Amino acid sequence: MATLDAAAKKQGKGWQPALLRHEVLLAVILVIALIFLAAQTDKFLTTGNLLNQGRLMAEVGLVALPMTLIIVTGGIDLSVGSILGLCAIVLGYSWKNLGVPLPLAMVMALGVGTLAGFANGWFITRVRVPPLIMTLATLAFYRGLAEGISQARSVRGYPDWFFQLGQGDVWGVPTQLWILAVAVVITAVILARTPFGRGLYAIGHNEVGARFSGIPVDRYKLIIYTFSGAMAGLAGVIFVSRVSTTRSDMGTGLELDVIAAVVLGGTSIFGGTGTMLGTVLGFIMIQLLKNGLALTGVKGDATIVVIGIVLILSILLTNFIQRRRSGNE
Amino acid sequence: MSTASLARGSSNALGAQLKRLVGGQEMILLLCILAIFLIVGSLNPRFIAERNLSSIFLGNAYVAVAAIGMSMVIISGNIDISVGSLIGVLATISGTLAVNGYPIIVAWLAPLLIGVLVTGFMGYLVAYLRMPSIVVSLGMLSILKGGLISVTSGAWISNLPAGYALAQLRPMGVPMPIWFMVGLTILAAWWMRYTAAGRSIYAVGGNAEAALLSGISPRRTVMMVFLIHGLFVGIASVLFATQLAVIQSTVPPNLELTIITASVVGGVSILGGAGTVIGSTLAAVLLAAIGSSLIFINLSPYWLRAVQGALILVTVLADLLRRRRQARRR
Repeated sequence: MATLDAAAKKQGKGWQPALLRHEVLLAVILVIALIFLAAQTDKFLTTGNLLNQGRLMAEVGLVALPMTLIIVTGGIDLSVGSILGLCAIVLGYSWKNLGVPLPLAMVMALGVGTLAGFANGWFITRVRVPPLIMTLATLAFYRGLAEGISQARSVRGYPDWFFQLGQGDVWGVPTQLWILAVAVVITAVILARTPFGRGLYAIGHNEVGARFSGIPVDRYKLIIYTFSGAMAGLAGVIFVSRVSTTRSDMGTGLELDVIAAVVLGGTSIFGGTGTMLGTVLGFIMIQLLKNGLALTGVKGDATIVVIGIVLILSILLTNFIQRRRSGNE
Repeated sequence: MSTASLARGSSNALGAQLKRLVGGQEMILLLCILAIFLIVGSLNPRFIAERNLSSIFLGNAYVAVAAIGMSMVIISGNIDISVGSLIGVLATISGTLAVNGYPIIVAWLAPLLIGVLVTGFMGYLVAYLRMPSIVVSLGMLSILKGGLISVTSGAWISNLPAGYALAQLRPMGVPMPIWFMVGLTILAAWWMRYTAAGRSIYAVGGNAEAALLSGISPRRTVMMVFLIHGLFVGIASVLFATQLAVIQSTVPPNLELTIITASVVGGVSILGGAGTVIGSTLAAVLLAAIGSSLIFINLSPYWLRAVQGALILVTVLADLLRRRRQARRR
């Protein structure tokens, strides 16, 4: 353990200032984008619009937090959108068709999400299925379950108190933003300040090395994939509450936004580096991008073109910077 | 499948040869296909009526063709999840060219060229700039899908000129999609098995380091694989575009997953380095038969995707367990 700490410290000298630079850079771009959008249209810089954007951002944000942990270890979770859809269906179906009380149905949805994430993690760590293939298969499987259970029928007519979660405010701020803020703080502390978080970086740098240094690699991975499923479930419940209806295609394409946000935030897709602050800046950027494009009259389908380009460019950029740096050393 | 297995086994003992033939992924798939036709056909004779059979084979030949290129990509250790969107875009381009009076041959060949350009671009990013193929193709998926829908808003292309319908031709009484599916499968299987370039795909997917040391350039091989993949996607999209009298200019839902499922279920190892395109073509037929049989046994088609996902999981697990057992035996 001591050698690992020393190694981490040694490495820390190399990349910590660089990461800081990435986040500073991102923050500067963010401010420029804000000023640009505010100058473009006076509809943008209003409290109402900004709070509403925060509301729309919460689902991507909640899922991006565990995704950061996963990508830091060098893994990926493509099934998050499908888990969100499955949990939404479990919530709606068990309440409407099975007559389960709504609070219990919410717990069930969270439970199913956690279980779905656990299944991903179990196969990845026990059977050694590569994360990419495992979550690609469950991307199809979980969405298929959602479609099969719901038979493509939507559920409506939720009681008013349920909408507090997705449409209500607490002290003037959307409810889900509070949830997101708490989740951000907790995961940021876990990643940066606990042995668990340090272990995730170690796994991403060199998994075999981490194993030999006594880090319980499999248990850590199982925890983060399970966490990812749970957060996707939570995002699903909030989503249903926000749009007042349940449909089996909810969350389709969520993985694109989430992975783009994490990568944009400076987390290397190859694992080993990345911070929660970067991810937070990343998903704020993605939301601003969507909002800005919408305000200038660009439709939703063209928006995903831009997000796709941003995803590829941001990886190209981090690749380029990393290569320059390793060239200098 | 039997030719490949027989050629390989000619020097072996007859027992080993038989065992390989029966135990191979291709034989399992063939038996599964036969079982489905027998069981569902006896439950509901309309399942094996000519009309349904032709819709299973003709309507899904393009999936098999695209799965050939996808198999090469996966064997080389990469993946392309943008393939469904690319087929949608290329089919729309082909139809638009045909409707606007361009020569039919241009409408047939343009998708091939553009397909190669798009996958070549992805191949360049993956092979030379070392970007992971999953992220490159995820980005490409959203660019193509978003671009297509925002340009066409999913409109139908109709009034296609006479002579455009390549997939509806029947040279020598056999429908064109079958010619393409069988011909390209045999050609690709031969090329991958008996040429140095074809073998290098397995070498790079199995162990890129070792391939490099034995004088194969992994970069060039990956680039080549993506270029060939683009060609197959182009052909698949022309078959897709010409099989009906209209083309809907959207991305066929879940097409990329169907194609990847066909490759993986066909025995292409997700860890790279193993698999055959004969298996992937058989698997494409099997998937089509399963999809069609759900309707005939009165199961809602909404369960199709869950069945597909479960199939991927089961084959991946079987592949991993088989590899582990082999590793233990050594």
